[in-house]
Amino acid sequence: MTVQTMLLALSEGFVTTLAIFAVTIIGSMPLGIFVYFGKVSRIAPIRWIVEIYISIIRGTPLMLQLMVVYFGPNLIFGVSLPSNWRFIAVAIAFIINYAAYFAEIYRSGFEAIPKGQYEAAEVLGYTKVQRFMKIIIPQMIRNTLPSITNELITLVKDTSLASIIGTMEMFTRAKQIAVAPHTPGMWAFVAAAVFYYVFNYIVAIIMAKLEKKFQY
Amino acid sequence: MKVLELNNIEKSFGDLTVLKDISLSVEKGQVISIIGPSGSGKTTLMRSAAFLETIDKGEIIYNGNKAAWMEKGKAVYQKNLKPFKSCFGFVFQQFNLFPHYSVIKNLTDAQMVVQKRSKEEAFSIAKELIEQLGLSGKENYRPSQLSGGQQQRVAIARALAVKPDILFFDEPTSALDPELTGEVLKVIRSLAEEHMTMVIVTHEMAFARDVSDHIIFMDEGFIVEEGSPDEVINNPKEERTKAFLGRFKR
Repeated sequence: MTVQTMLLALSEGFVTTLAIFAVTIIGSMPLGIFVYFGKVSRIAPIRWIVEIYISIIRGTPLMLQLMVVYFGPNLIFGVSLPSNWRFIAVAIAFIINYAAYFAEIYRSGFEAIPKGQYEAAEVLGYTKVQRFMKIIIPQMIRNTLPSITNELITLVKDTSLASIIGTMEMFTRAKQIAVAPHTPGMWAFVAAAVFYYVFNYIVAIIMAKLEKKFQY
Repeated sequence: MKVLELNNIEKSFGDLTVLKDISLSVEKGQVISIIGPSGSGKTTLMRSAAFLETIDKGEIIYNGNKAAWMEKGKAVYQKNLKPFKSCFGFVFQQFNLFPHYSVIKNLTDAQMVVQKRSKEEAFSIAKELIEQLGLSGKENYRPSQLSGGQQQRVAIARALAVKPDILFFDEPTSALDPELTGEVLKVIRSLAEEHMTMVIVTHEMAFARDVSDHIIFMDEGFIVEEGSPDEVINNPKEERTKAFLGRFKR
């Protein structure tokens, strides 16, 4: 195997890595808002359910959660699963996992907003929805951007966990190349490391720009 | 004409009664200062008038329209308070400007979003206020780039921008360094000269005496004494008023 074919194989895996990353962000960041609302809900049972959910998700490994989502439906309920179930399971596990963390990040962001901001909007006559969208959310985003950056960088690396259920993302590819005969061997891992590093570098730059934009 | 009437207001936080049968009415163009020690209920009274606190008993009436009234021994509120909220402006001790908005956006956003004014109208009102309050050139600054005194002037402009019938000030200079209080007091003084209707909770006794038509001294949830500045500040009748004012003379 030439270096070129190795890089091509890794790039193919990288597309899947990127897909996991994107799907997780698109799914978990909005879901995290709803989880946050559940956590601060006035209805006690909703609060309890959300607290148990967050507690379990944070208290168990993502790798284990992946296994449960992937194998669970078949092992527990005997459901036969579609051929693309592997990627769907990865998406579900990652979204559920990251939503719990994002919910906690949002909570810290909301709690950091002074009560006076709510009161100022209130006396000016903003409706609750207007106040939330125009006054509270922008400040919450600003408060949480540094934590969100951290979370996204972790996510980039966490995508490699999908390898445990055989998802053909970049890390799985690198493993296969490294252990096969007549390949660049160890260099597959080095190349994968460079991919992850550059990806995270770009994430960090984009987030730094966003932080600057939201600065006041 | 009465802009605001508060009748027999009572309010408790848990077991602590902070307002005890308070009545107060504000005529158009009148400037009323509320003075008194910390914890006397003066801020709670003003916050109740602005619907930031819910009263237990009593009536709140703006321009003859009841926003809250008594029903079965309890105060009940009008379902839609929005029309009442445009009757007043509120200036907070901590300014509470929106930090993510520029000065001009702080002054125009509520006008467009709440009052549904056109962009042109909102900006022209805002620009006039910016000039009037000596904030020219600061239109595009964020609140964090301004001094405390400037921030409070922006907050006053924001409250004025909705064209309220009455302005409430909750200790407007208490969060400011002494050298910055002057510029804020000057603005309030000029509003008084223009006959803006105002209720001011303040610890600035000399200012209250100069600017007010009527002074209310509160202590432990009661109105202890009220009258003209001359009556209350220069010749107080009640012992508690004398004791309170005595602390300022020292």
